[in-house]
Amino acid sequence: MANKSKSALVIGGGIAGIQAALDLADMNIHVHMVEKKPCIGGRMAQLDKTFPTNDCSICILAPKLSECFRHPNITLYTYSEVQKVDGSIGNFSAEILKRARYVKEDECINCGDCAEKCPMRVDDIFDRQLRKRRAIYMYYLQGVPAVMTIDKENCLWFTKEACRICEKVCEREAIDFDQEDEIIQLDNIGSIIVATGYNLIEDINSNVLKEYGYAKYKNVVSALEFERMLSASGPQGGHIKRLSDGEPPKRIAFLQCIGSRSNRGKQYCSSICCMYTTKEAMIAFEHNNELESYVFYIDMRAGGKGFQSFLSRGKAEYHINYIKSKIGHIDIDKNKNPIITYENLDSGEIKQLKVDLVVLATCIIPPKGIEKLAEVLKIELDDYNFIKTPPFFPFETSREGIYTCGCVHEPMDIPNSVAEASSAAGKAAEIIKRG
Amino acid sequence: MSKENEDVKIGVFVCSCGTNIGGLLDVKALADYAKTLPNVTHAEDNLYTCSEVGLNSIKEAIEEYDLNRVIVASCTPRTHEPLFRECISEAGLNEYLFHFVNIRDQCSWVHTKYAEEAFEKAKDLIRMGVAKAINLEPLNKIEIGIIPRALVIGGGITGMSAALSFSNQGYKTYLLEKEEELGGKLNGLYKIYPFDIDASEFLKEIKERIQNSKNLEIFTSSQIKTIDGFIGNYEIEIKQKSKIINLSVGAIVVAVGSSLFIPSDMFGYDGITRITQYELESKLKNNDINANEIVMIQCVGSRIEERPYCSTVCCMTALKNALIIKEKKPDAHITILFRDLYTPGTKYEEYYKRARENGVLFIQYTLDKAPIVEEKQIKVFNENIGEDVIIPYDLLVLSTPLIANDDNQSLAQMLKVPLEANNFFLEAHVKLRPNDFATDGIFLGGAAKWPVDISTAVSQGYAAAARASTILSHETIEVEGTTSYIPEWNKDLCKGCEVCINVCPYHAIDKNEEDEIIIIEALCKGCGLCGASCTKGAIEIRHFTNQQILSEIYALGGREIG
Repeated sequence: MANKSKSALVIGGGIAGIQAALDLADMNIHVHMVEKKPCIGGRMAQLDKTFPTNDCSICILAPKLSECFRHPNITLYTYSEVQKVDGSIGNFSAEILKRARYVKEDECINCGDCAEKCPMRVDDIFDRQLRKRRAIYMYYLQGVPAVMTIDKENCLWFTKEACRICEKVCEREAIDFDQEDEIIQLDNIGSIIVATGYNLIEDINSNVLKEYGYAKYKNVVSALEFERMLSASGPQGGHIKRLSDGEPPKRIAFLQCIGSRSNRGKQYCSSICCMYTTKEAMIAFEHNNELESYVFYIDMRAGGKGFQSFLSRGKAEYHINYIKSKIGHIDIDKNKNPIITYENLDSGEIKQLKVDLVVLATCIIPPKGIEKLAEVLKIELDDYNFIKTPPFFPFETSREGIYTCGCVHEPMDIPNSVAEASSAAGKAAEIIKRG
Repeated sequence: MSKENEDVKIGVFVCSCGTNIGGLLDVKALADYAKTLPNVTHAEDNLYTCSEVGLNSIKEAIEEYDLNRVIVASCTPRTHEPLFRECISEAGLNEYLFHFVNIRDQCSWVHTKYAEEAFEKAKDLIRMGVAKAINLEPLNKIEIGIIPRALVIGGGITGMSAALSFSNQGYKTYLLEKEEELGGKLNGLYKIYPFDIDASEFLKEIKERIQNSKNLEIFTSSQIKTIDGFIGNYEIEIKQKSKIINLSVGAIVVAVGSSLFIPSDMFGYDGITRITQYELESKLKNNDINANEIVMIQCVGSRIEERPYCSTVCCMTALKNALIIKEKKPDAHITILFRDLYTPGTKYEEYYKRARENGVLFIQYTLDKAPIVEEKQIKVFNENIGEDVIIPYDLLVLSTPLIANDDNQSLAQMLKVPLEANNFFLEAHVKLRPNDFATDGIFLGGAAKWPVDISTAVSQGYAAAARASTILSHETIEVEGTTSYIPEWNKDLCKGCEVCINVCPYHAIDKNEEDEIIIIEALCKGCGLCGASCTKGAIEIRHFTNQQILSEIYALGGREIG
């Protein structure tokens, strides 16, 4: 067991937070890890494969989730939020709100009997609203901790004082409607790491997406929705089907920089879209070897290790067509096939292309609730509301003793998030080891 | 079935891995098949055996069926064997009583077009696994002490950052630099993007922190001569000018940086009016820019067949230097000829915008219509207007890539770590272990791994040190028990021919004073080369004994399992 005198607090349980927590825990430092969602795993858990190796995302993530859960030096607080932070470098204290799941974590074995009988159908947030879940639910199949959660806003007991079927079917008597939110006080925190990740522009009601027909046309989806469509544990069981008619698409257009690098959306580049789009086109091709795919891009940004050869493979082996272009607008024909009007920047021509499905590489934005968290932590944000970091030290914040990693301060890919998580852990450890 | 096998109770867990396996193979039928095999007490299929749910069902089955061997037929032991081993050890079994059967990477993934044959192969693999599991023996891990000191190879910005991190955490640290001065490439830079801070100022500040650090010993003008040892216990001999110094450390960070590509024979490079960005930096430092018509060409020597990678720093360097010149000489004309402009993220994209707003001109070219450099002008085909554009220049700046150091190969050999196709150092896992080598105890960061800018180099220096600290913070550590050894009953067989000593890639075998072969278990990786080469068949590999391997072969060939 770790020396309990000083701990670290890691906020956010995505891959960055997980790596930071594991590094600290392996240095024999006790870590409190706070995750807002019912399970840790973050965005990486939602992805199908990862570039440039096309490793299955959940397959390489799952061992890390288990490690976090079982590590003797890590205490997990899921479905929880940091509400208040006092003190200063070397000696912070924090107040954690642990929301009631109405399910006893120690008793639930995630058998799913309750969800099977729950009469309520609710949009599944994890699956980007592409399917329905029940009011009592597992956040995602491989989620950690593997326990159910009752979503109070939709549960018939909490809304209409009716039902309680889950309580009757649960053989382990794990349902507890009397559970209450808890406030947990944590003291002796030497340093804090903020790794709360990102949202996507479709998560806020952005006008930018309207011109691409998003939310209006069923066959225009966002890239994260497409990841769920590709995923074996996703809503389509790993078979890509159009949302309008369930047909497998034969021709897919991938549109880059949707809301990024734009005067109407966000000025910045989201950094990861060129690569994940190529990956998505490759995986889609593996589902259907006759698939035609078109990537509409402004600049192809492939700077990471093995990225250029990944693109070359995309062109040569997966027949991906890359078109340097500016998108005008998207219409649909009577069969709901999207028609893209675009300017080909190589030839200067205005052209049209009819496809079966459009996938939008939408802009990464700072995570929901970042302003509040910044206020709680008394750290500064930059012009875009990402966490502000000083020159040359991207893992530091405006406040000593508080460090950051991953997309919460700038859009970046998984290896960069993981590397930064280790840097942040190293800095946090310096403070704690100093005592 | 032999008598001692009667007590063996095997549990087989067949993983669907989502559709990765289940999409091609009927995992339920495979589990049913496993139940028909000798000593299999329990078999089941799982959607993801590695999930918490799957792991719990392994533990429950161990208890319920009193299992003493566990087989998981799934993805690959490379990523998942440690997890399952830990799982069974939590359930009270020796972790070496776990056996992995690979039916994804070596079956469902590679035989996607042959479902039936793949199914038969998966059955064979499971049958072989069961045969081996019957013969598994419990083993112990080896405990070794850790020397709480670190060696950082390379005194550039990555190495200095790593050294600072180690020393701030309280570890005695040795920082080794082959040049006379610390600082690496920072020594030649003028300003650092995107902050426009003087490189010399930043370097001065970092060097001051280094000087003020406790526990930090610097060796400049020094090079590694030999490296011996293993995780936690490395013996290093370094040569500082004519002096030989011996160091003992527990972990090593490789931060040797990269070299500059010199574009001889490209675009008329002459080092005078046709120079590289790095040469431009020193001109800017000396305020030695007389030109008014400046053209920069991007991707000179990169993203071509010979060097098929993007060097990531050149676009930003060009933008930075263009902005600096514009500030000094607002009337200067600057044109940047690019292929794809690489300015990812928030700060870099802003920088690109600033350059455009300040009147820097951008023209895209493609590889098949590369710019043609003439004596005083450049011809470049502009796709937008469909014809050649002629741009006069009095200074041409070529943006060339960072390339791997020439001596990476020899250092890699000394450390026994791999390089990738472009001779940069290769990390353990591109996605999730960006700063680890596959060899325990050795870590990497910065441009030694891949071209990076200053901020990323700083971050990776800290990251590599943090990863190494996960080892240095322990007094002892456990390493794999799957080592080679000469069993007591084989001792007489060994004739001391030394073939094993010569083939061992880990230098784990030696002769003692009595002229007997000894195997240093902490160094042994269990690769099996010695066992396979032993002229007398005296060496056995734990966990891969002759009996265990033969039983698998017999099971494949249809002989009775046992």
